Amino acid sequence: MKKALLLLFLSVFLTKTYAQDYFPVNESVHNKSKNYTVFTNATIYVSPTQKIEKGTLLIQDGKVVSVGTNIAIPKNSITIDLTGKTIYPSFIDIYTSFGIEKPKGNMTPGRSRNPLYDTKRTGFYWNESVRPEVNGYETFKYDQPKADEFLKAGFGVVGTHVPDGIAQGSGALVALNNENNSKQIISNKLTNHFAFTKSALTNQQYPSSLMGMMALLRQMYLDLDWYKKGNSETKDLSLEALASNEKLVQIFATEDKLNSLRASKIAKEFGLNYVLKGSGNEFERIEEIKNTNAKFIIPISFPDAYDVSNPYLSNQIELADMRFWNQAPTNLKVLSDNGIVFALTTDKLKKIEDFKPNLLKAIKYGFDKTKALEALTTIPAAILGKSDEVGSLKTGSYANFIITSGEVFDEKTVLYENWVQGSKFVVNDINAKDIRGNYDLTVGKDTYKWKIDGTADAQKSEITTVDAKKVKSTFSIAKNWVSLVIKPADTIKSNFARLTGFVEKADALSGKAVLSNGDELVWNAVKTSPFVAVKDTLKPEKPNHVMPVTYPNVAFGDTKKQTAQTLLFKNATVWTNEKEGILTEADVLIKNGKIAAVGKNLSDASATVIDAKGKHITSGIIDEHSHIAISKGVNESGHNSTAEVTIQDVVNSEDINIYRDLAGGVTISQLLHGSANPIGGRSAIVKWKWGSAADEMLYKNQPKFIKFALGENVKQANWGIDNPTRFPQTRMGVEQVFTDYFQLAKEYDENWKKFNAGNKKGKAPRVDLELQTLAEILNKERFITCHSYVESEILNLMNVAEKFNFRVNTFTHILEGYKVADKMKEHGVGASTFSDWWAYKFEVNDAIPYNGPIMHNEGVVVAYNSDDAEMSRRLNQEAAKAVKYGNVSEEDAWKFVTLNPAKLLHIDDKVGSLKVGKDADVVLWSENPLSIYAKAEKTIIEGVVYFDIEKDAQKQLAITKERNELIGQMLQEKNKGNSTQAPTRKEKREYHCDTLEQL
Amino acid sequence: MINKNIYKLLLLFCASVQINAQQIPAPKQSKSILILNATAHLGNGKVIQNSAIGFKDGKITLVADATTIRLAADAYETTIDASGKHVYPGFIAANTTLGLVEIDAVKSSDDQEEIGTFNPNVRSIIAYNSESKVVETVRPNGVLVAQVTPRGGTISGTSSIVQLDAWSWKDAILKENDGIHLNFPSSFKRSGSWFEPGVIEPNKDYPKQAEEINAFLINAKAYNQTTPKERNIVLEATKGLFDGTQTLYIHADEEKQIVDAIQLAADNQIKKVVIVGGFEAYKATAQLSKYNVGVLLRRVHDMPTSADQDVNLPYKMAKILTDKGIVVGLENSGDHERMSVRNLPFLAGTCAAFGLDKEVAVQLITLNTAKLLGVDATCGTLETGKDATLFISEGDALDMRTNKLTTAFIQGRNINLDTFQNKLNRKFKEKFGQK
Repeated sequence: MKKALLLLFLSVFLTKTYAQDYFPVNESVHNKSKNYTVFTNATIYVSPTQKIEKGTLLIQDGKVVSVGTNIAIPKNSITIDLTGKTIYPSFIDIYTSFGIEKPKGNMTPGRSRNPLYDTKRTGFYWNESVRPEVNGYETFKYDQPKADEFLKAGFGVVGTHVPDGIAQGSGALVALNNENNSKQIISNKLTNHFAFTKSALTNQQYPSSLMGMMALLRQMYLDLDWYKKGNSETKDLSLEALASNEKLVQIFATEDKLNSLRASKIAKEFGLNYVLKGSGNEFERIEEIKNTNAKFIIPISFPDAYDVSNPYLSNQIELADMRFWNQAPTNLKVLSDNGIVFALTTDKLKKIEDFKPNLLKAIKYGFDKTKALEALTTIPAAILGKSDEVGSLKTGSYANFIITSGEVFDEKTVLYENWVQGSKFVVNDINAKDIRGNYDLTVGKDTYKWKIDGTADAQKSEITTVDAKKVKSTFSIAKNWVSLVIKPADTIKSNFARLTGFVEKADALSGKAVLSNGDELVWNAVKTSPFVAVKDTLKPEKPNHVMPVTYPNVAFGDTKKQTAQTLLFKNATVWTNEKEGILTEADVLIKNGKIAAVGKNLSDASATVIDAKGKHITSGIIDEHSHIAISKGVNESGHNSTAEVTIQDVVNSEDINIYRDLAGGVTISQLLHGSANPIGGRSAIVKWKWGSAADEMLYKNQPKFIKFALGENVKQANWGIDNPTRFPQTRMGVEQVFTDYFQLAKEYDENWKKFNAGNKKGKAPRVDLELQTLAEILNKERFITCHSYVESEILNLMNVAEKFNFRVNTFTHILEGYKVADKMKEHGVGASTFSDWWAYKFEVNDAIPYNGPIMHNEGVVVAYNSDDAEMSRRLNQEAAKAVKYGNVSEEDAWKFVTLNPAKLLHIDDKVGSLKVGKDADVVLWSENPLSIYAKAEKTIIEGVVYFDIEKDAQKQLAITKERNELIGQMLQEKNKGNSTQAPTRKEKREYHCDTLEQL
Repeated sequence: MINKNIYKLLLLFCASVQINAQQIPAPKQSKSILILNATAHLGNGKVIQNSAIGFKDGKITLVADATTIRLAADAYETTIDASGKHVYPGFIAANTTLGLVEIDAVKSSDDQEEIGTFNPNVRSIIAYNSESKVVETVRPNGVLVAQVTPRGGTISGTSSIVQLDAWSWKDAILKENDGIHLNFPSSFKRSGSWFEPGVIEPNKDYPKQAEEINAFLINAKAYNQTTPKERNIVLEATKGLFDGTQTLYIHADEEKQIVDAIQLAADNQIKKVVIVGGFEAYKATAQLSKYNVGVLLRRVHDMPTSADQDVNLPYKMAKILTDKGIVVGLENSGDHERMSVRNLPFLAGTCAAFGLDKEVAVQLITLNTAKLLGVDATCGTLETGKDATLFISEGDALDMRTNKLTTAFIQGRNINLDTFQNKLNRKFKEKFGQK
């Protein structure tokens, strides 16, 4: 028995597999075929733009020998007549993990907050998410069921790699040749892969955030350069692999439009050329996507409509998500219209068979068919540098092509065969006859009406009695053999008839019928009328009305980017924050994005005049400490020092909190790293230019800042007593961490200075982004904003700084600053604090609402900040608390949220007051801005009105209207019987200092 | 003259601060007091520009227009001239954990939440720390009364209402066991985890969870029809819900929750119901009106729950509900909830900034809250016969720019408005020679 199975296995194996010429064979003798195969009379697309009518395709040995209309056909040719059929090059999907199992770690993310620094590997890069040494082909195992799915969808060649880690290693190019395993690997190392994903195989905590991944990529490339130049004393197999992979096609999977921009930023910094594997939301930031100048690989997985039949539940769905459902099918058209070069991928599809319907949907929404074909053939081939081998039917190319009944991107077109390297894969029987129509069926004495319809490649049948009663039956047709089982309705006995017959002519069928008693009869069916497609009589389904894209593409976005205006505010109370103080009945002129004039009786012919009588005008609020609009992690908590990471990498331009801040009169925020580690990351100073891309929001030529932290958060005091895992666990340890790192940075800096002074001879020191950043502090090129609470730790950091001969720029929170205000003044540090927070942890037990005023009276520059998405839109009220608790003058209190934070951020030369020549960052208030009754009516940045209370009301109406229209569209979608998804909403986390998370 | 006396009194207390972390509760008021010429905000929507407010033996005896009232010269033993100032009834903080937790992150100072699902028998009042340092910091902003409420579970327990100047929890009681707090299950659930939130999706268990509450209430009602020999202290604790002596506070934010919860309470013949939270109450006003249910609106200094909402929706909700005839009070639960009780007046101020009449905004944290908590017979307005729990502010008390209390009385007792925080303020100002 065993032997028999083995034999069976062998025979299957051997009949299916042809091997290389020099492989030993166990199949009688060598049987090598040098015959040609020739396809004649076909419409042939040699490439998407080169079409031959009545053409001939000649192949041999899996390659195209010639193609054209006037081809000499060798005698030893097998000819296949393809009259009426069309040949296209098979499709290419660059981005798959075909035949490769995704590594599964035994750890789940977020499993441990323990910072594991050590690597399990020997001889490789220190971070286990950097794995360029992994080669996809080494674990590749041809997966025939999966190959069949690809082949059925028209694909002939796929790229495959191990989708694990940040640097994932090399990918191979595989031909979906089910018959010849020696030909399957076209190229074993063709692509080199990257992604913003941690390896499943690591227990290391770093990087725990997106900004950590960005920093790790940078450090990796710097190390690569240094290593290549022979500066390293030790061997690093990862860097060696990375170096040897440099010549490959570099593919970065980004999974989001903003991440595409981030990967592109790395590419530009290091002179790389990433092909970006996108996500399908590129249309939402198409300008910026275009400006990357990158080529893309784009998935076409579109979301299902939401099931909105329950109004309670459908309220939860946000406009942005509904809109994405509505707009996603236009992505390919938009990319194409903008001249972006992209290939298509099946990645992200629930099943590969969805590929065609989704592509047809994209075409229905305006995507050009020729471009679609290019995106599946010539473009991926060109991206891979394989245009001579795949993607077209030029002479010498692999004979990878599909045979269809007509135009490939037509709903009704049938895909018959997919040839890969000359091996045929049958999808639908090319010789199958279309027997659709209405017949009179005779089985012995019985007669029936027989209707055969459906599609040509999926014919369906229905049997009725002569008087139109339905009769139960089952039908199938394969290889032109019809089989039909009829169970007549007028009997309760199992009185059935089994009919079979071979189709010779499509209009007269006949064969043998076997009745339930075993009698055999002849059956006949005569066509009475031809098949009429029902759908053909209907108009094709129209695409939904597509909603306009807004910037950002969420509620309250604008369809057009806003421009600077010339505005003249008349007769307002003007809080200048300058020596002029608070002017009454004064005018403010804004022009060319700047404050052009402040005073009485101003006029400007080109200005829009706004009557501001009874209203107040101030400069915009500046929030020194904010965590809104940050993507994927506010803390890189993997190490106790993470000076290498920067929030500038992860500003999220799409966050609704930006608009909400504007509605509270906030124009500038410093986005800070969290406070999980003593040395945190670098910050981003941003102007809230709602609608702009993240990079445009970054304050121009911004001073460099870094976040430090002290106290309970960094010593993990509130993590439970069982969690003493990371040094430091006490304030004593914090001092040592700082001393250690600054000493390291000092030595690092000295080494570099020595090296540079010596004309860069000898081995170069390694560039270390972390120490480089800390050295900038020592060299007074970077400022520290330090999270702090109690007296002792405040003094400690100033003490460490003084020993290293620099000063701390800002203490943030600083709730016990009032106890050491004199020492702060002496050191020259500013304070950015809360007005009245306390009692939330032990270290804020002595926090008092008089803190700000006492420090202010002592001559310390004091700001009030939010550290909270909600409070940041009421900072004007927080400033008023300095008046309430500390009797600070209103004029000075207002500076706590405007001029003083500008001073702390070293940007008061351009913002923070209404001074001629400064940026026109201006807020129009309904009344005294310190009053709880004050509302921001207009918030202006550089002359552009980003928030307008009247326009806001209009936007709300428009949101309601658009929601209703989309809900209507989705209800229709459900009525049509299309699949829907449950109403859900992405949960949004608001970050605070101590928000920890893991990617 | 009068002012001088008060200052003397204040100084006396200041001196005592040096030896006590907490302020000493004020002694019983021996004198009758008349506050003259202040703008009186009565708490019921009315305002008297030039008022005469008098009280004796802890009760208000006079609320009148000073320009028209005639009083005997010796009608009151002490007169306070409050010209240019404002008088308000003491503000009432509903649904707080004041006195139950001292420092958020210090577990050993936390007494707000018990283990278990149905805990109506758990009583907050016995854990209320009348000497909490947090309590003394809320009074100088005008918050003089609070509902002390337990948290957690499906039924958290029973709350009580206290005045905020007392030697012990027993002395603090204004109304003991005023109501039971039910956390209605959400019709949505969150997926994902703390480090990677997933989507908010329909809660499939919602009908089952709601039915569990229904079953509990049916059982509780049946139990309380008689006095069984074998006591069940859990079910016994709910008696007041069915005889109308206690309020059922239903903590619910979503429209569906609110509609279902009110129906469930009505089906079980629960007499008094208040919605706590009520973010989407503005969508369920028909049901609220039908069963005469008021709302203690959740902290209005909050974010919209969806990006599509009016960015100022939380600020406008009190106005929307008031316009629909719903009785609205405010509550302040959430992050930093104890220390931010002192910002309660400003929550009301924000409601006024976004459309509500200023006197109606005052009403949110005075009469309306008193009504919803069932203590309007003794506090919540400046009306004769009620407790003399009131304060004088230099300006509009709903605006941080002008909220500056000079004097506050609880049941006529002149309470000390000093705090340990102000003591630290004085200490370090003195160190630095600041005035």
